[in-house]
Amino acid sequence: MDNIAGQKSSLTWATHISVVFLVVIWLVPTLGLFVSSFRERDQISASGWWEAPFAVELTARGRTASDATPDGDGFVVTGNIYDDPEAASYFPDGGSDITAFGTRGVNPTEFEAGTTADLGDGETLTVDADGSYRWTTPEDPGDRGQRIYFAAASPPEFTLANYRQVLSADNMDRAFINTLTVTVPATIIPILIAAFAAYALAWMDFPGRGVLIAAVVGLLVVPLQLALVPMLDLHNRIGIGQSFMGIWFAHTAFGMPLAVYLLRNYMAGLPRDIIESAKVDGATDFELFVRIILPLSLPALAAFSIFQFLWTWNDLLVAKVFLPSDDASKVMTVKIADDLLGSRGGDWGILATAAFVSIAVPLIVFFSMQRFLVRGLLAGSVK
Amino acid sequence: MPVVLQGLLTIVIGVAGCVAYFYFSNLVLDKFIYPARGEKAGHNINRANQVRPWLFLFPAIFVLGLYLVYPVVGSVIRSFYGRDGQQFVGLSYYAELFQGGDFTTAFLNNLLWVLFVPAASTFIGLLAAQLTDKLSWGNFAKSLIFMPMAISFVGASLIWKFVYANDAGIGLINAIRAAFGFENPVDVLQIPFWNNFFLMIILVWIQTGFAMVILSAALRGIPEETIEAAILDGANPWQLFFKIKVPQIMSTIVVVWTTITILVLKVFDIVYTMTGGNFGTEILPSYMMDYFVTSKGYASAIAVVIMITVLPVMIWNIMQSRKEMR
Repeated sequence: MDNIAGQKSSLTWATHISVVFLVVIWLVPTLGLFVSSFRERDQISASGWWEAPFAVELTARGRTASDATPDGDGFVVTGNIYDDPEAASYFPDGGSDITAFGTRGVNPTEFEAGTTADLGDGETLTVDADGSYRWTTPEDPGDRGQRIYFAAASPPEFTLANYRQVLSADNMDRAFINTLTVTVPATIIPILIAAFAAYALAWMDFPGRGVLIAAVVGLLVVPLQLALVPMLDLHNRIGIGQSFMGIWFAHTAFGMPLAVYLLRNYMAGLPRDIIESAKVDGATDFELFVRIILPLSLPALAAFSIFQFLWTWNDLLVAKVFLPSDDASKVMTVKIADDLLGSRGGDWGILATAAFVSIAVPLIVFFSMQRFLVRGLLAGSVK
Repeated sequence: MPVVLQGLLTIVIGVAGCVAYFYFSNLVLDKFIYPARGEKAGHNINRANQVRPWLFLFPAIFVLGLYLVYPVVGSVIRSFYGRDGQQFVGLSYYAELFQGGDFTTAFLNNLLWVLFVPAASTFIGLLAAQLTDKLSWGNFAKSLIFMPMAISFVGASLIWKFVYANDAGIGLINAIRAAFGFENPVDVLQIPFWNNFFLMIILVWIQTGFAMVILSAALRGIPEETIEAAILDGANPWQLFFKIKVPQIMSTIVVVWTTITILVLKVFDIVYTMTGGNFGTEILPSYMMDYFVTSKGYASAIAVVIMITVLPVMIWNIMQSRKEMR
């Protein structure tokens, strides 16, 4: 249709540009998280993530040596500030050009590099860009050197330290396993149950079928908030309490309306002749379902499994209510929302990494299974 | 590791149990109760086929009834009882709710969410669907816009916490403000009233991809002839879009709109992670969770209010599906 009269090339360009704009807006927040998760705490606080590929101006401090040599009326101390272990510790990869220096923490970049600063009481200090300094003082400094603050560029640096800490020290590995333990059974079991129900609703004739289908459509809408208090009470009464068992049941039930709805829509669209000829050949409903309907419904089954997997993996509310709140049974979303955001509110590197660990699996599933996901969405919403 | 084992065990038991249930119940029905043999074979087959649908449906009906139907009754009953569940307090929780204060804030905020999020997601989704329609790299652009669908609300909240951060060295919003010469960073999550919108943007960010995918399929489904005819009649691209395409996919737009509306009424995670309901950002689901531990009756009353607000959508949905079935 591109060549139809009335299409203007300027409009095509506007389209390209607007889509680029939209995609950038949609991508930038995630990109920020991704970049931040690989940055060190010092770098995060020194510059925004969008400057991560560039050198960062770090403010460091060190002390001059104290072995003064007499010079005229006073003493002079020379050396290189990067020889000082404290100053060097800021720049693990070797120091770079110093742009400014100072002697007071409140104004660490008071003087430009290369100038001679008058510190009062007859003291002067010169720091060159390469780190060499010359400090003159009227009295012997004894064993205490002069404090020097300076600013120098630190090369961009990416590290896996955040990931190491999140995965080993913060119990996130346990939370990861817990999430998996919740998700896998809660994905497989509802599909089986829903597939049989969907088949019955699509291809079996019995009184009350219409009402049941309407009920499923209605239940799609019931807010699960309603279930929280009564069902937790019931779980406690029958002895499941807050446990993995309970959350599996809950997720199975909460995913059921969508599963039955999607699968029924799909199965009802399968060609009638196949099913009827199989029946004529003497297949029972059970055989028909297992041998013919299930294999033909694979795309819909895949679509729903992806939905249910993403939904249970990403869930916060059901896990908060139906799982115990001790550290050993927390899933990742609860861990991030309750632990990390509370106590580590300011530790951006750790936060970014924890979030990225929790969204990595859904993203992989999403990008590898996208085709099925879209097909499932369309089966459910558009005729 | 016992957790992993426990998980594996449930998968095996659960799946095997389900399969066994369906297999053996059918077997028993066909071989023992109504065997397709002897003089009453035909009669028996018919009887078996009357029972079978219920065998297939039983597990699904059971969990649906237990977890979605029973709680409607259970919540209504609990909302009439006091803190400990013993003392009957009648409608006093509801009276308390409507006396104003936090509940009113939560209710009005929720109204804002229901108005803004579906509208914005559907509109931007429609725009994205139309714009990417003819592009060579349209599918690639679509998957990037669709991507947030895979991210948890908690993850998305964290992602946006980086955007909204107070520190101009971390938060993009404040960095942009600083670039324009504003001196003081603002915490956008604490600006009264408008902070609600900054929270809603997160959900719009997540849901736009969903709207886009469905609307884009609907746009593709429009018969070419109507578009060609309009072009031949001299319609410009704007007229083509708003007067020809949009009316033809109106029913899909409505479906997308209601689906997102339902979702909005359930969302709790974003407010919980971003502000904890502080600074006037409370919505009904998060307000309910505040009372979940301390007063189950009060929490149930809030849940019932949420249910009542969903009811019109539910009825509309059922009516729509019945119309389609005919």
